[in-house]
Amino acid sequence: MEQEQHHSEKYHERHERIWFMFLPPFVWALHLLACYLTAAIWCAKYSGSANSFTTVRIAIGIYTLLAIAVIGYSGWSGFRRHRHLAADLSHNDDTPLDRYRFLGMATFLLAALSTVATLFVATVALFFGNCD
Amino acid sequence: MKVIEMPAASDAVKAKLICAGILISGCSGSQSALSPAGAGAEQIASLFWWMAGGATIIWVIMIALSIYTLHLNPDAHHRQKSALFIIGGGAIAPTIILTILLIYGLNLLPALLARPPAGTLQIEVQGYQWWWRVRYPNQSGEPIELANEIRLPRGEPVEFILSSKDVVHSFWIPSLGGKVDMIPGRTTHLTLHPTKTGRFRGACAEYCGASHAYMNFTVDVVEKAEYDEWLAQQSADRLAPRNEAAERGEELFLQTGCGACHTIRGTEADGTIGPDLTHIGSRNSLGADMFVNNRENLQNWIAHVSALKPGVKMPEFRALSDDEYQSLSKYLEQLK
Repeated sequence: MEQEQHHSEKYHERHERIWFMFLPPFVWALHLLACYLTAAIWCAKYSGSANSFTTVRIAIGIYTLLAIAVIGYSGWSGFRRHRHLAADLSHNDDTPLDRYRFLGMATFLLAALSTVATLFVATVALFFGNCD
Repeated sequence: MKVIEMPAASDAVKAKLICAGILISGCSGSQSALSPAGAGAEQIASLFWWMAGGATIIWVIMIALSIYTLHLNPDAHHRQKSALFIIGGGAIAPTIILTILLIYGLNLLPALLARPPAGTLQIEVQGYQWWWRVRYPNQSGEPIELANEIRLPRGEPVEFILSSKDVVHSFWIPSLGGKVDMIPGRTTHLTLHPTKTGRFRGACAEYCGASHAYMNFTVDVVEKAEYDEWLAQQSADRLAPRNEAAERGEELFLQTGCGACHTIRGTEADGTIGPDLTHIGSRNSLGADMFVNNRENLQNWIAHVSALKPGVKMPEFRALSDDEYQSLSKYLEQLK
């Protein structure tokens, strides 16, 4: 009973940072925008006669590494929250602890989706060698 | 004798049949990406069929699983196995399939977008609301200017140099290849490689105003010798009027101000606002592939252009008499 009260207080929603769950898709969107703007501005202003795309590829590579690092950290945090004080996958009870674990699972799944989407965006740069 | 009455098809069935008919009609014809006549279009059609085939397989598997879980084995399933199945089939498998399709699709693009080798035939196309200015290279000087119609030699790459003089248009000949936007202030490129002779249809694929749907063109792919002969004919000045009505038509053309917007090489008419009409009589269609090119449609076009093509810049010449309309249309018709 005492432990339940402790959990109820420790994992109460007022301590939650719900924005943390949206960090992975936000980084994915930011990565897409950065890649798009970099390629558009480079090709419009600086590509030169050879239409070289190497600089843009390097930039997209750096953006991707940074994005995957942030998304990976978020996903790992979410996974750890989901596994917190429980070994099984279920989090169906109407308790602060289960809601805490559910948000962790949601963060982890969003991070997985964002990782795939970010890599899909970056893949485009592998296939294009110039601004044409 | 007993007559068996067949039940009348419901409205829903009729609607489905009509929709299926419309969809199937898109699989062939002069404006179908699924009936390729060019190297690029063949690759795009191949991509489409691979994706359609993959989607069909996934659909069949999903329906089979639904039938299995709802009807064949509706009892409770093993929790952990089900969870693994959901993760595998719902997340991992789609990711792998999408990755393969993405790489396959992206792999096609560089070849489709690559610039052609030096010496390739270059045709300049400018988009206007709502027609196409087409310029062919001319060894002996100024480019040969035509409109709303393109002729290409079979078996050779052709590079289109695309631009727009007003709003964003998009140049697309579905049977020959992909589409490329025509952007004001920029020049874009598209290389096509026709592999079959025939008549195809091109269209503006980017909404560009009231008469966007009327901004089309025909494309004739012919053998090289026929192409050279045609281009030589198109590069010549206009044919002189052959009869009295056509002579009157030319006089009217010059007197009523048509020449301020249109060029007819070999006359004083040298306007560049509208399409070049030097060989309008030899074209397949009128008004950017709106009507068959004949005398009656020419006359209607001159008299009722705003009603036929809303928003068009050409004014209607309502002050002319019927005889004058006829003279003008006879003159334009014989400009082969």
